[in-house]
Amino acid sequence: MSFLLRRLGFYFLAFWASITLNFLLPRLMPGDPVTRMLSRSQQRLEPHQVEALRTMMGVDGGPIIPEYFAYLGRILTGDFGMSISRFPTPVSEVIASQLPWTLLLGLTSLIIAVILGNLLGILAAWRRGGFLDSVAPPLLVFIGSFPYFWLAMGALYIFGINMGVAPMRHAFSVGLVPGFNLEFILDVAAHLFLPALTIVLVSLGGWMLGMRNTMIATNSEDYILMAEAKGLRPHRIMLNYAARNAMLPSVTSMGMSIGFIVGGALLTEVVFAYPGVGYQLLAAVQGLDYPLMQGMFLTITAAVLIANFLVDLVYVRLDPRVRKG
Amino acid sequence: MSQNVTDLQTAAAEQQAEENTAARARVGATRLLRTLLRNGKALAGLSILLAFIALALLAPVFFPGDPARITSAGASAPSLEHWLGTTTKGQDVLGLTLWGARSSLFVGFAAGILSTVIGVLVGLSGAYFGKGLDDLLSLATNVFLLVPGLPLLVILAAFMPPGLGTVIVVLTITGWAGSARVMRSQAMSIRGKDYVAAAQVSGERPLRIMTREILPNMASVVMTTLLGCIIGSIGAQAGLEFLGLGDVSTISWGTNLFWATSDGSLMLGQWWIFVPSGLAIALVAFALALCNYAVDEITNPRLRRPKHATKSTAATTVARKEGK
Repeated sequence: MSFLLRRLGFYFLAFWASITLNFLLPRLMPGDPVTRMLSRSQQRLEPHQVEALRTMMGVDGGPIIPEYFAYLGRILTGDFGMSISRFPTPVSEVIASQLPWTLLLGLTSLIIAVILGNLLGILAAWRRGGFLDSVAPPLLVFIGSFPYFWLAMGALYIFGINMGVAPMRHAFSVGLVPGFNLEFILDVAAHLFLPALTIVLVSLGGWMLGMRNTMIATNSEDYILMAEAKGLRPHRIMLNYAARNAMLPSVTSMGMSIGFIVGGALLTEVVFAYPGVGYQLLAAVQGLDYPLMQGMFLTITAAVLIANFLVDLVYVRLDPRVRKG
Repeated sequence: MSQNVTDLQTAAAEQQAEENTAARARVGATRLLRTLLRNGKALAGLSILLAFIALALLAPVFFPGDPARITSAGASAPSLEHWLGTTTKGQDVLGLTLWGARSSLFVGFAAGILSTVIGVLVGLSGAYFGKGLDDLLSLATNVFLLVPGLPLLVILAAFMPPGLGTVIVVLTITGWAGSARVMRSQAMSIRGKDYVAAAQVSGERPLRIMTREILPNMASVVMTTLLGCIIGSIGAQAGLEFLGLGDVSTISWGTNLFWATSDGSLMLGQWWIFVPSGLAIALVAFALALCNYAVDEITNPRLRRPKHATKSTAATTVARKEGK
C-alpha cells in the first residue's frame, strides 16, 4: 500500500512539474506568442479575450507568483482556455473529441505488440539458436530502425495508393453516422488496421528482445532445473515457471513505453490523418494555437501518468515483494 | 620545507597512479576495440556507419553547388542522369540524401553525445554523493522519463526560434533522463565496491574518484547508452523535422521527408522521393543498434548465440536427458 501511495505522490509531482513547465515556457521564450497568434486569428477575438490571453501567456508582465497560482487553479478545474484555431470552442472540448481515437489506436497497438512480442521472446529464449531465435531478432531490429512515420508512409503508399485496399485517411468513412452497430465498428476497424500495424511492427522488436534476454537469465535458475527434474511438461515449465518470472521487467517497461507509443501514435496519426490528439497537436502548432497546444500536452501527460499508475497496480499484483516492502 | 617534500611526493605518487590508470584504460580500450572487430555484428555496424560518414563528408565533391536549387527537371523517375530521380522542384534526390546526411548525422551525434554527458554527470554525482542530492536528481530524472517525449519535443520546438541549435537543445532536454537512470544504477553498484572505499580512505578527492575509479569501470554501459542516445536523437530529429518543426531551410533526412509529403509526392506515387531518406535513417539506426548488441554480447557472455540449436537448460545433464 505504501508503495502505491509513494507512486501516486510521485505522479502528482510529475504532473505538477509539467504544469509548471507549461506555465514557464511562453514566459521564458523570446518573442510574443500572443501577437503571433493574433495575426492568425483574423480579428475574431474580442479585446477582453486578447487581454485574457495576454495574462495567460504572461505577456503583459504582471507579477509572476499570483499569476502562477491563478494558472494552477484554472488547470486543476479543467479550464484550458479557448482554442484559437477553432474559436470559440474551449480547448477541453476539442481535446475530448480527439482523445478517444488516440486511446483506441495507442492501446490496440500496445496490447498487440506486448502480447506478440513477449510470446516471440519466450519462444526464442526457449529454443536458443533455433529458427525463431536466429531469424526474428535481426529482422525485427531492422524493421524497428525505420522511423514510425516513414513505415506508415510506405504502408499507405503500398496498401492505400497502389493496391487501393486500405482507407487513406480518417477514422471512419465520410457520411457514416457513428453508432454502436456492426457496419460502423467494421469501418472503424478497417481504418485502424494500417496505423496500428505500423506501430506494432516498429515496437515488436524491443519487446521480443527484452523478453528473450530476461528469459535467458531466468532459464538458468535452479527452480527451472528443479521443475525439469520433477518431470513437469516443458510448456508448463516455459509458461508457468520461466516466463512468469521473466515478465516483471516487461511490465515495468510497459509503463515507460506508453510515452513512446503516444509519440509514435502522434506521427502515425499525422501520416494517416487519423483524428487523434497527435494530429490535432500538429494542427495546433501549425495554426500557432498555443492554448490548444498546451492543453494537448497536459492531457497527453496526464494520460501517460494514469497509464503508469495502472501498470503499478498490475505490478503489485504480480510481485509480492513490493506488497510487503 | 618538509611539508613541501611530502607534497611533492604525494604529487609524484598521484601522477604515477594516474598514469597507471590511464594506461589500464588504454589497454582496456584497445582490447575492447579488438574484440569488437572480431564480432560480426560490430563489424557490419561499423562498416555501414563509416560508409555513411564518408558519403556525408564527400557530399560537396559528388554534388557541388546548392543541392536545394530548383530546376526545371521536375519529378522524373530514377534515370542514368539522376540515379535516384528528382523531386517535384527538380532537385536531385541522391544529392539531397547525401547532403542531408551531414546535418542528420551531426545533429544526431551532437544531441546523443550531449545527452550522454549530462546523463553521466547526473547519474554519477547522484550515485556518489547520495542522500539529498541523489533524491533530487533521481526525482528530476524520473519526471523527465515519464513525461512523453515527442509531445514535449513538439511543444518546445513550437515555442523556441527555429534552427539547428534549437533542435539539438530540444533533443538533449528530452533525451538525457534515460541515460541518467542507467548511469545512476550502474554507478551505484560500483560505488559499493571495496576499491572505491579504499580510494576514499586514502583521501582522494570526490571528482577524482568519480572520473578515475568509477567511470572507467562502467565504460561499456556508457558506450551502449551513447549508441542508444544517438539512435534516439536521429529518430526524434527526423520526426520533428517531418512535422515541419525543425529548421525547414536546412537539408536533412527529416526535412527531405517533410518536403516529400508537403509536395504530395506520396499521393502522386513518386516513391523515389521519400524512400532514400527513410532508408538512410533506418540503415544508420540499424548500424548503431548492431554495434549496441555487439557491446552487449561482449560484456554479457550469456547472450552470445550458442553454436548449435539447444534447449535453454541444456547445460545440465538432467535437461539433456529429458530433451532427447
